[in-house]
Formats: sequence, structure tokens, C-alpha cells
Amino acid sequence: MSFAKIPKPDELIAVRYEPPETPWMDTPTVFRPGTWSYTGTAKSLTALELPNPRSWQPTDEDWKLPENWKEIILKGMKERLEKYRSFRLFMDICVRCGACADKCHFYIGSGDPKNMPVVRAELLRSVYRRYFTQSGKLFGSLAGARDLTVDVLKEWFYYFYQCTECRRCSVFCPYGIDQAEITMMGRELLNLVGCNINWVTEPMANCFRTGNHLGIQPGGVKDMLEFLAEDVGDRTGVHVEVPLNKKGAEILFVIPSGDYFADPGTYTCMGYMALFHEIGLDYTFSTYASEGGNFGLFTSHEMIKRLNAKIYAEAKRLGVKWILGGECGHMWRVLNQYMETMNGPADFLEVPVSPITGTRFENARSTKMVHISEFTADLIRNGKLKLDPSRNDHLRVTFHDSCNPSRAMGLFEEPRYIINHVCNHFHEMAEDTIRENTFCCGGGAGLGNDENMEMRMRGGMPRAMAVQAVREKYGVNRLTCMCAIDRAVLTSLMEYWVPGVLVTGVHELVANALVMTGEKERTTDLRGDPLEGKTADETL
Amino acid sequence: MNLLTSFIAVLILTLAALGFAYSTGLTYLLTVVIPYAAFAVFMVGFVFRVVQWAKAPVPFRIPSTCGQEKSLPWIRTNPLDNPSCLWGVIGRMALEILLFRSLFRNTRVEILQKRPVYDSAKWLWFFGLLFHWSLLIIVLRHLRFFIEPIAGWINSLSALDGFFEIGIPTLYLSDAAILAGLSFLLLRRLISSRLRYISLFTDYFSLLLILGVVGTGLLMRHFFPADLLQVKNMALGWVTFSPVVPKEVGMLFYMHLCFVFTLMVFFPMSKLMHMGGVFLSPTRNLANDNRMKRHINPWNAPVKVHTYEEYEDEFREKMKLAGLPLDKE
Repeated sequence: MSFAKIPKPDELIAVRYEPPETPWMDTPTVFRPGTWSYTGTAKSLTALELPNPRSWQPTDEDWKLPENWKEIILKGMKERLEKYRSFRLFMDICVRCGACADKCHFYIGSGDPKNMPVVRAELLRSVYRRYFTQSGKLFGSLAGARDLTVDVLKEWFYYFYQCTECRRCSVFCPYGIDQAEITMMGRELLNLVGCNINWVTEPMANCFRTGNHLGIQPGGVKDMLEFLAEDVGDRTGVHVEVPLNKKGAEILFVIPSGDYFADPGTYTCMGYMALFHEIGLDYTFSTYASEGGNFGLFTSHEMIKRLNAKIYAEAKRLGVKWILGGECGHMWRVLNQYMETMNGPADFLEVPVSPITGTRFENARSTKMVHISEFTADLIRNGKLKLDPSRNDHLRVTFHDSCNPSRAMGLFEEPRYIINHVCNHFHEMAEDTIRENTFCCGGGAGLGNDENMEMRMRGGMPRAMAVQAVREKYGVNRLTCMCAIDRAVLTSLMEYWVPGVLVTGVHELVANALVMTGEKERTTDLRGDPLEGKTADETL
Repeated sequence: MNLLTSFIAVLILTLAALGFAYSTGLTYLLTVVIPYAAFAVFMVGFVFRVVQWAKAPVPFRIPSTCGQEKSLPWIRTNPLDNPSCLWGVIGRMALEILLFRSLFRNTRVEILQKRPVYDSAKWLWFFGLLFHWSLLIIVLRHLRFFIEPIAGWINSLSALDGFFEIGIPTLYLSDAAILAGLSFLLLRRLISSRLRYISLFTDYFSLLLILGVVGTGLLMRHFFPADLLQVKNMALGWVTFSPVVPKEVGMLFYMHLCFVFTLMVFFPMSKLMHMGGVFLSPTRNLANDNRMKRHINPWNAPVKVHTYEEYEDEFREKMKLAGLPLDKE
């Protein structure tokens, strides 16, 4: 990861919150390097049959929009105002009290006033007023309305792809106005005229064809998982199986592809495998549903549905009883708030019951999909796991609540319960930065690409500073999280702001502590790092 | 700029009120015709807006969860910030509407010693609550002009409101509170550069207009009393559909009326509709029972998906090579 092109942390932290003299409507958008993402390629758009595939970049003068682009956008807006109560309501009722303003990590990290959620929403609201309200039609700018122009569209692109849909602002809004919802609408509109970013469209195109964001074909998935299983064997001395596309398994296990593709997610994946082997779970991975993540969430509701359909379809084809989901953030927003509405009903599955403890997961009785932290917390609670938390004694751990499981589920206690049982040194970050107040990693919603690095470091600053505080106070050296994007993005964030802190999934810690039947004497953790008081086996 | 325009707009209204007072024909208009017109616009407008929102479906269940979900029975849930049933939602909405729960969370960020620091910032919550509650009490107190005999609860409310019996006539606590609330809301918009940056004409205008209503009302009560008998006759005239033009009620009273009617007409087309909208917000008024009960999207349409058959067709040879099971050999 190269930070060569972006300012040093000392310069980046010198944020000023004083807005400029010129009103925001008169402030032109500047596409500064390091603060925007490359555009979706014609190839990926074509693969998904999305409109207006072409080669362009936002810094071009001419964005090669369709001739009737304005008509398309306004028609799209009208349609969405009629289809989503949230959209119309959030366009109408904001009083501009400013409570959301300094809740956005991008505003805190950049000081750019258009990153205040209220202004980001006004970018769209001003156009809504001009074309869809009487007062806006009659009084124009006096009513806060403005014409839709190419410059406005460019401004939308810059700022709607500078929002990670983390929903932190919606926690503080007295009317529950959710900027994520507005950004989603803004991005849907932009997509109608072919304006999107490649870090979203390419994974989507891959996902649609191969089942996962990285475009890994069935054999590749198998190789990678088996490679990880071998690693588990090396570290623990226990041979674990990789059930794949297995018909008649009891449980379909769906994870984000980041978990088997790249460090440090791979260690989390090894954690799942070790755990499932130890409890003798009858489960299967799938190559077709080899991705729980869903970048449709960052594109349009239609794309969410198109990419999500495979999960129930695969569960049905394999004839499983229910579905278990791995550690991923936005994947869980989709599974919790969209999946069954879009692709349900899941009446061909059974209410999830843990085969180990007999616990019936009543909270998932309709969707039939359980979060792995719920599953594991239940195992620990029922004493089904033999754990030796001292095997994590070389780690000083803190926990980052991922945005979506926090503010679109409320999954707070399960991971903490697990961590407290598998680690001896767990230290929470400041109250204002965890649970429902948690800060984004800075790279969610498709923004975790390298060209956007400066904005990522700015947006991730509040999270990083909270980690730095516990590092100074308690010597924290591991940042735990339950999200694949986090594991990728937080790694660079820590490297930049808080060197010395590595990123970890919850189930990596679980497997470190898990005492397995027939294991060899454990001298290292899953990463091969020596345990406290032990020297690593040189043969590894 | 927006502030200046709003100020001018309120000045124009004041001048208009003067005009209404000096011409008999216009006085008739203000006290007999406009009241019905303004009330009609308010009611029709308000209902229209709410119906417009209500007509749009809620395709997805998207509550913002601000506390522990209901999952395993031994984990303590937070039923008010993350409700999983109707009662929880009612509680959450009551807290939101009556006590401004979300605003109570407000913090203020500052960079101190190269680190962001989050301070509690409850003033907006406090003065916002003060303003809204006193406005409600004042509106309810005003019902005494429209009902004869005055209902007991209105008298009790007024008595309670004037509990401390400061001055003659008694200073109502709600009057002092609304002035404090409005002043705070206006001053923060004027003083904070961030608030100035985001404020539109409508933001200043609403505040100035309500300040105009409250100011003229207070002046009439404490310094330049209007003939209350005339006022009451007029108000009763409205509700009994036999409107009368009041005599010698004074300049301030016309200004008061003029501001109130403007507010009523302005209300449905402005952000003040948050009064109705807050009840409908899908991030607040839905239970987080997503995985317990399927939410139905009325326009859920089929989309183009990539089926397993298509997937296997493309990768069959490779899957075979990798020893993966196939549906079709």
C-alpha cells in the first residue's frame, strides 16, 4: 500500500471546520486526485446490461452522457418518489437543524461542508424542489431550488461516491433521515445515465457471472479453501474437510469472498473451518453462492435483488435446512433488511436450530439465516467449546463495530460475548465511537479503492484515532471486526494512522483459543505467530 | 442573504397588517374572509402532504437500529432503541416525538491535540424541546377563545402555566419558554457559521414569523392589552359561522392575526411539515423484526438473475476437472 501521494498524517489531521464564504450552490466541484474513484468500465457495464457503457473519467470535460440525460434523471426521480416513502419524506421534512453535520466521518476528516449529511442531501433536494414542488417551481432559489445541470450531476457523482452509506447520521437525526437512503437514490439516478465507479461495477459483473466479487471460478474457490484447510492442519495438527456444493448438507454457509481470497480475511476463514470441524457441523460452502457481499447495495435496489437471488436459490438446490452467514458488514444489511422481501419467502427452509445446542433461532425464524456470531455465542453459552483464551495473550484486542451490523441489525453483544470468552485482554474504544455510534472504516460502499486513498484516510480518521487512544492507553495491537471490507480497508488505515495495529476477524480469535480434539501442542496462532511464552515450531 | 430576504418578508407582512387595520374593507377581509381561507389552506395542505407520503409504499423495512437486537434469549435487548415488536415501536416513537430522543444523542466534534474529541451538546435538544412544548401549550391555551364556556382543562392548563403568578396579568411560563427557545434557535442560526452555511430562506422565515406571532401576542398581553371581549366574539363568530368584524382591537392584534394566517398558509408547503412527517419516518416507525416476519414490497418485480443452470453450463468442464458435483453430467 503506497501513501506516497497523500499528505502525512500530521497534515491530514489539521482539519478546519470553518465553511467557505461562498454558498455551497456557488462552489464548484473540484475532482482532486486521491478523493475520487475510477469510473465503471464499459466491459463491466455491458456484462450487467447497465445503461451507457463507455470509456470516461470524471476529470474529463465531457462525460458522454446520453442526449436526453436530464429527462432520464427527472423521470427516474419521479418514479422513485412514488416507489419509496423514505425518499419523498426525506426530501421534504429536513429542517436543517445541523445535528447530523459533524456526525459524518468524511466531514470530520475533511472539513468539506458538502460532506455534512444535510448538505449532501440538499444536493439532491434542491433539484427535487425545482421540479417536484410548487414552492420550488414558483420561487426558485428562494425556496432552495436549483436547475439540474451537468455541473450538478458532477457534484452528485463526487459526493454520492464520497458517502459510505454507514447511517451514522440517521442515528442523530430527530426525524430519522437516513443519508444512506438518499445516497442510494442518488446513485440509482447516476446509474441510469451510466455514472458509476469501477470498484463497484467490476465486482458486480464478476459476482453475477462467477458468484463472487473477485471472479474466482469454481475450481479456484475449491483450491483456495483447500489451501486454507491445509494451513489449519499445519497450525493445529488437525485435518479439516472442505465440504463444497454438497447436496443434503444441513447448513449452507455463505461468506464474503474476501475471507478466502486475501489476508487477513483468510485467517477468519480458517477460523470458521476449524470451529465447524471441531463441533462436527454438517455444512457446505458453495461455489455458486461464493459471495455473501452484495455491491448492488451501492448501486440500485434492482442490482441488490439480482445479486442476492443466488443465496436462496442455492439453498433450495442443495436442499439444506437453513443458512449460516459469515462475518461481513454490508452483506448482513442485505440479508437482514432486504433478502427475504426481495427473494423470499424462504418457506422451503426450516426454522434454524443449532444441531449442537438445540437452540432455535427464533429471531431468524422467517428469513432462516443466522449470523455466525449468534451461532458461536450460543455454542459458548452452552459450554460446547473448550477454549483456552490464554492462547490470545499475545494480543491486546479492541473491537470495531461495523456500520451495517450495528445500525441495520443491532448486533452488539454477540461478538463482545465471544471476544470476552476467547481473549484475556479486551479493551473497548471510547463510547462515542462504538456500537450505534461506531465510525466507518472510510472505505465502505465501494470506496475502498487505492485511487481514493486520501479520502479513505480522511474518512477513516475518527475510527483510527479511537484505536490510537486505546493503543496508547492499553497497548492494543489488534483491531477485531466482523466485516470483510473492514479487514481490507482498516489494514491500510492502521498502517497510515496507527502503525503496529493489525486487523483480525472474530473467528480467527475463536480458533486461536479453540482446543481441538487431537490437536498438536499449539505453539503459534493461526497466522503462525508464536504464542506468548512459546517459540514457533521451526518446521513450519 | 437568506436572512435579509426573510427579514424583508416579515416586514412586508407587518406593513400589510397596518394596511388591514386602516381600511374597513381590508379589515373585513382579514377578520372574516382570510381566517376561513387560511384555515382551509392549512387543513387541505396538511392532509394533502400527509396523504402524498402515505400513498408512497414502504418497500423495505429499514429501521436504524440504535441498540442491541433481539436475538438469543439470554442477551439483554434494547427494546426502545431497537424495537422488535409493535409496543417497542410505539415506545420508540413516543420517545422520539415527545422527548426528541435522537436529538438527545447530539455531540459536537472538535480536533484537540491532533485528535477528534466528542463533547456532549444537549443545548439544541433542550431549547428545541422547550420551544415545541411551549408552542403546544400556547396553542391549547388559545382554545379558550374558541370555546364557550371555557373547558375546565383549558383553565387548569392556563392556571398551571401561570403558576408562579409573576406580574399582572400573570406571566405564562410557556410564553417565557417559547421566547427562550425561539431566541436560541434563531441565534444559533445567526452565530454559527456552519448553521449560516446550511440555512435557507425558509429556515429564517419560519423562525421570524413565529417570533412575530409570539412577540405581538406578548405585547398585547402585557403592554398594550387588546379588548379580549371583542377578540372572543370574533373567534366565536368564526367557529359558529357568523363572523363579525371586531372593533378597536388595536394595531398589534391585526399584526398578530396577519402573522398567524401567513404561518397557516406557509405551513403545509414548508419544512414545518416535519410535524406530520416525523410519524412516518421508516427508519424509526418500523420494528427490527426483519428476520422474524417477511416484509412485503408491493412492487416487488422480477429481475434478471444468473441461475445455477447457466452457471453450471458455463463452468461444467472446469467443475468436473475440479471434482465438484454436477447437476447435469
